[in-house]
Amino acid sequence: MLRRVLYIDLTRGESWVEEKHDLFEEWLGGTGVATQLLLKEAPEGVDPLSPDAPIIFSIGPLSTMFPAMTKTVAQFKSPLTGELGECYAGGRLAMAMRFAGHESIVIKGRAERPCYISIENDTVRIRDATSIWGIGAARVGVILRDVEKGVGRRSIIRIGPAGERMVRYASVVVDTYRHFGRLGLGAVFGSKNLKAIVISGTEDVAIPDPRRYREVYNRIYRMVVQTDAMEKYHDLGTPMNVNVLNQLKGLPTRNFQSSSFAEAENISGERLAEEYLFRRVSCAHCPIGCIHVAMLKTAFTPHHEFEVRRVSYDYEPIYSLGSNLGVTSAEGVLELIDTCERLGLDAMSTGVVLSWATEAYEKDLITPQETLGVPLQWNNVKGYIKAMENIVAAPNEFYAALARGVEFAASRYGGTDFAMALGGNEVSGYHTGPASIVGQLVGVRHSHLDNAGYSIDQSAAKKQLDPGAMVDQIIREDDSRSVFNSLVGCLFARGVYTEENIIDALGSVGITKSKEELTELGRKIFMEKYRFKTREGFDLSKARIPRRFFETVSTLGRIDPETVEKMIALYRERRGWV
Amino acid sequence: MAGAVVGKPNAEAAKRPRKRRRLKVAHPERCIGCLSCMFACSRINTGRASLERSAIRIKTQGGIEGDPIVVVCHACEDPACVRACPTGALSRKEDGGVVFDRDLCDGCGRCVDACLIGAISLDSEGKAVKCKHCGACVAFCPHDVLKLIEVD
Repeated sequence: MLRRVLYIDLTRGESWVEEKHDLFEEWLGGTGVATQLLLKEAPEGVDPLSPDAPIIFSIGPLSTMFPAMTKTVAQFKSPLTGELGECYAGGRLAMAMRFAGHESIVIKGRAERPCYISIENDTVRIRDATSIWGIGAARVGVILRDVEKGVGRRSIIRIGPAGERMVRYASVVVDTYRHFGRLGLGAVFGSKNLKAIVISGTEDVAIPDPRRYREVYNRIYRMVVQTDAMEKYHDLGTPMNVNVLNQLKGLPTRNFQSSSFAEAENISGERLAEEYLFRRVSCAHCPIGCIHVAMLKTAFTPHHEFEVRRVSYDYEPIYSLGSNLGVTSAEGVLELIDTCERLGLDAMSTGVVLSWATEAYEKDLITPQETLGVPLQWNNVKGYIKAMENIVAAPNEFYAALARGVEFAASRYGGTDFAMALGGNEVSGYHTGPASIVGQLVGVRHSHLDNAGYSIDQSAAKKQLDPGAMVDQIIREDDSRSVFNSLVGCLFARGVYTEENIIDALGSVGITKSKEELTELGRKIFMEKYRFKTREGFDLSKARIPRRFFETVSTLGRIDPETVEKMIALYRERRGWV
Repeated sequence: MAGAVVGKPNAEAAKRPRKRRRLKVAHPERCIGCLSCMFACSRINTGRASLERSAIRIKTQGGIEGDPIVVVCHACEDPACVRACPTGALSRKEDGGVVFDRDLCDGCGRCVDACLIGAISLDSEGKAVKCKHCGACVAFCPHDVLKLIEVD
């Protein structure tokens, strides 16, 4: 095991490594360890964009050792919500950290001028990045691939113009097509004058008992490739949800004004797979290949001359930039996704900010003067692209407000009833029922993936669940995902990594944990995250729920505000917070 | 994901009279760049999780936007690596294959230079990493990119 934390101070241009056996012993790795580092390194009440605010990356004890253990967790104080910032990315980062020999990385301070960090094993160089400041995220990847070493085993993560200009929901692009998308890590990079990190290493991992390791590995590999546990990610991928949710009346459309979209078929996983999909690729050490890449071919003259762009697509961006903006063509959705990639914006937050702005424009809360003449209208793809560029450039107060997120924009211009954020984070693409709302509201990072409330709603559509049962399930997911995210596995593989498989996999690399210990650890990690959240001002009892949720029919029919209130009360009670 | 079979590769073939086998990249265009083959090679042949110790290599060009390139030993008729090796670490077997003796390798790297396709590399201890065509990687390719074939 590595048990090593690499510290980098950009203000002083220094780096050092600390071995922290006890920390990893107690908190396993990944999100468990990152939370402790964040609690320690972030001063209470720190400005998320100040030099004192840390960025933490962490991998886990099974990273790159087992299939689909592909993720890296990032923690920081979110400039969007002002409390816990946490997001996950795949690609090759976890592998590169593992082979560079760092289980966690802590970055503090602020460089005097634009820089990037080059990490090769224990060698850390902070290098000048003034010549690549202002350049789009994809292009920066191409440039750094040329000037840096480690081909085939490195990871390159970087921000686009949105991060540089500190849009509060700017993303960090990881390798290609993967992101630390949510909660504004890109802005924190920008605030530190940090354009990119390149990391590679040549260590390898000796296994204490190779035979046992191979046995457990074979079993897990077989489950990943040969059972249907991950089949949906393998075939159409997450966009399979477009048609499914549309039929279930759970597909948010035109800023949640409707839960089904007449043109859903045009932007469905089936349509994209049949007409645009040309390649599927993988994160390092995952045989699934869930990254679906579409070819977007646009004629730029009438003489068969084409621009070709390769755009990766998933369900969430199709919802946020597609149905939620009333976009009726696959080309339109792909264009908008590609614009997010180029600018380095989180696709989900961007879509929700624009859908609020479109409705506010319709309702005359915003004037054409404020939009600088940009027509914010459903399905107006060109208008949306211009608006996204303006969010980054912030040429006036209105666009600067949009760059701070939908919660802030609505507080300035009105329309809070349809400003679709929970806990300050723009919501994900499920209008399935009360569990989705409660799940995102109570979740540690206000994400649908905290506890998959949307999935609880969908079970409830088949077999009735009372509010208490839903709350219990949310709590179970909150806690068990705290363990899985400490490993740090891809949540698409959560069906493969049963408790038994996790215990066996840990055992094969020399870590003994019992079922009871893991259950207790999950609960403890969750509580530690809430310790950070409440310390930084999050108060569940005062959290806002946009009225729109209760106006539009969902998968489970019209949602009763009292049911949601009751679930939150039950949740607080069962967490012991009342 | 048809055809991804885990277990002893070609168990039946192993019982038949010995014919030299070699890896073949049957469907390079199906590669998704997951690196499962590289991890299989190092796990099964060295008991480690490592890219450096894998004798098969998946190269990417321009990140995963580009086509992954699968690099495996060609099992040459007249192996340039053997001729380049000054210590006898690489030598020919009776059936025509190449055998590698790690103890004899002094890490001079001449085999690496001799192999134009880039199928040999040096590991972190400075010893050559040479494919022995065992087929461990074949069993862990989810898309049948690799095949183990008999050499006539």
